Parts: sequence; C-alpha cells; structure tokens
Amino acid sequence: MILVALWDLGPAAREALGAAGRLGDEIAVALLGDPASAEEAGAYGATQAFVFDGDFAGSGGEAAIAALTELARELGARAVLLPRDDRTAEIAPRLAERLGGTAVTQVVAIELTDGRPVWTRSAYGGKALVEVTAAAEPVVATLTRGAFAPAEATGGTATVSTRSAPAVDGAVELLEREAPSTGASLEDAKVIVSGGAGLGAAEAFRELEELAGLLGGAVGASLAAVDAGWAPADRQVGLTGKVVSPDVYFAIGISGASQHLAGIGGAKAVVAVNTDADAPIFASARLGVVMDCHTFIRSMIEQLRSAT
Amino acid sequence: MHAVVLLKEILDWELPASKFRVDDEAKRPPLDLGPSLLGPFEQNALELALQLKDAGVVTRVTALLAAPGEPVDGLRKALALRCDEAVQVVAEGADAADPSQTAELLVAALRRLESPELVLAGRQAGDWDHGQVGYLVAERLGLPAVGLVFRAERDGDRLRVWRVAPGGVEQLGVRPPAVLTVTSDASLQLRMGSVMDRMAANKKPITRWTVEDLGLSPERLAAARRLEIVRTWAPEIERQCEVIDGDDPAEIVATVLSRLEELKLLSRSP
Repeated sequence: MILVALWDLGPAAREALGAAGRLGDEIAVALLGDPASAEEAGAYGATQAFVFDGDFAGSGGEAAIAALTELARELGARAVLLPRDDRTAEIAPRLAERLGGTAVTQVVAIELTDGRPVWTRSAYGGKALVEVTAAAEPVVATLTRGAFAPAEATGGTATVSTRSAPAVDGAVELLEREAPSTGASLEDAKVIVSGGAGLGAAEAFRELEELAGLLGGAVGASLAAVDAGWAPADRQVGLTGKVVSPDVYFAIGISGASQHLAGIGGAKAVVAVNTDADAPIFASARLGVVMDCHTFIRSMIEQLRSAT
Repeated sequence: MHAVVLLKEILDWELPASKFRVDDEAKRPPLDLGPSLLGPFEQNALELALQLKDAGVVTRVTALLAAPGEPVDGLRKALALRCDEAVQVVAEGADAADPSQTAELLVAALRRLESPELVLAGRQAGDWDHGQVGYLVAERLGLPAVGLVFRAERDGDRLRVWRVAPGGVEQLGVRPPAVLTVTSDASLQLRMGSVMDRMAANKKPITRWTVEDLGLSPERLAAARRLEIVRTWAPEIERQCEVIDGDDPAEIVATVLSRLEELKLLSRSP
C-alpha cells in the first residue's frame, strides 16, 4: 500500500497521485484538509480515502504527524508520499523517524529496479541529482512540484472513511496567523514576474506588481531581494522558497544563483533581463535581454497598457 | 537557558553550476572543488542564537559540529562571535551525506552537553539539501520541533516563534526544551564580529569528542545509516538562450512579447 498525504486535491496533489502510480501498488489517500475532495480522490487512482476531521493547524505539525503515523502503521504502507512545501518539510523526517523508516526529500523521479524503488532527488542547490535507495521502509518522500506528471482522472471510486484528528500534547500551539502577502499564487501562476538584487529598491517591486497584473501573473522574488526586505518571504522563488512551473518566468535583475535556478527548472521558458551579459541566469534562459531592469519593466507596462 | 546551535561546513554554495562537477567513484563533488564555509542557514541559526543571548532569553550558546579531521574554521568563527563553547564531534566512520548518521552523532553529543534547552539547526545544509537533521535530533531526544523559524522572543514561560508556513506566516508558542530549524531572513544575516574577538577566539579551546568518547560503537553508527547513494551526477543545462538585442528598448520589449506569443507561451488577447 502507498499512502499519499494531501491537504486538498489541487495540482500538487494530483502530481503526488501520479507519482504514487509509478510504485505499482494500491493507493490510499489521507486528507488532512479539504474533506469535500475525498470522493474525487478515487477518480485519480486511490482505492481508499481517509478524511480527517479536526484541527491540524493548532499544534504546528504535531497532529498531522500523529495522524499519519497511526494510519501508515495500520495500512502497513511501504511508502508515504507528500507534496514538498513549507508544511511537509517539517512533517516528513519526523514521520519517517516515528515509523522506523527513511525520509527522502526533494524527490524529482522514481524508478522501480527489480521491484525496488530508486529515488532521484536534487542536491547542491539543484546542481546535482542523486539516486538513492532506502535502508529501512517505509520511505516518506517529499515530491518536488512540477517533477511528476499529474494523475489523469480515470472515473474510479474510493471507499471513504472518516477519522478524528488525534489529540496531541500542547508543546506547540498556534498563537496567530499573519495574512499571506497579497497577489496570485506562485505555484499555480502561468506567468511569473520575478525581481532580484538588480532591481535596487523596494519601489521597483510595486512596478513588478503592476506588470504582473497586466500579464495576469504573479510576482516572485529572489532570496537576495527577500533578504534586502524588498519583498515578503512568501514570494521567494528557489530551492528554499517556492518551486514553480509557469509557462513564462521573467527573471528581472536576478543573477541566477543555483539555489534560485533549482526553483525554476519547471518553467517552460525563462526570460532573463539583466545588465550583466555574463550573469549565469542567461545559461538557463530561453530569451535573454541585456538591458536596464527599470527601462524593461516600464516599457513592458506601457506596451501592455496600450494593447488593452 | 542553554542553547546549542548545530553547525555544518559545506562546499561554497555560490559555486556556479558551470564549475560544479562530481567524482563518479566517490559519488560526490571532489574535496578540492571549492572552499568549505558555514552553510547559509547554519549562519542564520547561529545569528538567531546570538540575538536570543543579546536579549537575555538565552544565557549560554554552544556551537556543535560533526566533521572528521582537524577543528574547522566554522567553530573558530562561532567562538569569535562570542559563543561560549565550541564542540566538534570527530566524525570518523560517519558519512556526512547521511542525515540519520549525522543526527546519531549529534544526539549523543547533545546528551553529553549540560542540559540544552534550545537546539537550533539550519533548515537544510546547502550541500545534500536533505533538511532532516534538526527534526531527527528532535525525535530521538523526544523534543517538540518547529520548522522554518525566522524570529523568536520570550513569551512568559515559553518562546513565541515566527515561521514560514503555506499561505503566510504563523506565530507559534513552544515550550522549551525544543528544537527549531531556522530559515533565512533579512534580520538573520550573521554578524561580523570584531578583530579583537577574532584574535581572542584563536586562544579559546575547542572541545573534541571522538565517536568512542560518545559511547557509539561502529556497529551502532553503521546501523543508523538510512540512505544508500546509487549515483550522483551534475545534470546538463540544455537550454539555448536567444539573445534579443537592438538599439531601441521599446523595440526589444516588443520583440520579447511577440516571440513569447509565437512560442504559444503568452497570449495578450483576453
């Protein structure tokens, strides 16, 4: 049995179900968020869906880890798959440890060799790929967004059962949640306009927002721009931020540090705009423009405005 | 409160992809590929520990690192920034690429240190990028853990921590003893330290514990291993960049837009 842990049935979840299909085993889904999507899980290949009622946000990752530990044990799961994000980063290693298994993070491919899964993961900020096998099962894997083909709807059905979130001790308690920064979701955007150190100031990000609005896209930022305080942390694109897969990724004033490139490998085309013709970003770009960032942004805004 | 920061030195993470290569036999980059530096998130974790000490929340900071060979510069740096103690686990017979083995060494060292109440780790070391060690340490010591923290303050008898979460920032209360993994933030750039402190640090001792000192048998360490590396390689960057140039910026921008439309990647008509 392969257990897929999900919070909804969005694109990342369907990719996780697609990845689960590669392991050639029966698939069960644990839904820790949106219960309405349980029925639908069957259409994407799951034979069983477990819907958890209750509060999973109030205790950090504790309740989710406890619920998944219990369910994975009960099902005798060989593997637990999770979409890789800021939530599962803290869940996967702890879940693996409680199950006596192995966590494999940042997985980008799965192959079966003699019936045994070989996991390919990214390392060194995306500069290296590593094939690993696990010494102890179950494997708890986090899957990089954009790396796996999403499961197709098959019209199958899953048996749905409901469970309660387990009670956990109060060592960690949610006190407050700050609203996310405004703007479209980076993970789902078709166009991303991203700014880096080359923008030079926070004001330039307001222009980027206008440009993103005209393109129907989202604003991203490099680690350098976030560290400079020009853009909020949840806008950061890269290995340690959001891993994105838009049709077009505008990298404006971004030099192309490998940790940033590791987050944009899924983009169909990167458009690099930089004053430095030798910036490493050009090696990863489909289109390149050597130009002052502000001139580029302003000219693009003007042309898009006049077109509408 | 005694805080322990888990440090690691890694290959310069800013080494460009064009210069990166892998020794096929060793299944990792060769040691002479570039300098070893304190990892960026380990620097953030160290800075957070020092800020908590400045604020009086933490009274003592110990820097702990597992690496084979001679004492590493990272521990000297920690002492120069006024960490109270620096400890190296001389990690002979352990593979730094295996997070479970690394955690086994660190847990044994943490058990030997005087009642650490706060353990700070980077969210992931920028070499193997596992992002596991802090959490494995928490589980093996039976401690709660909060991931991706970028700010912490005292809040009564607990800590209030700010952490990155899907859809925004969460503030959590956590009662020590606990483990925090730390992510980057503008406020967590590692301080520089003074020349005087750097000179003084050269005279401070670095505690060195061998695997035997920690009571870990080679068998136990071998059994802690979880990942077998089959193959490591540097993927080719295949893309070909089409440079769009010209004299008139407006014309260049117009060409970019029309090329993207030709490639069916962008549509301007609603």
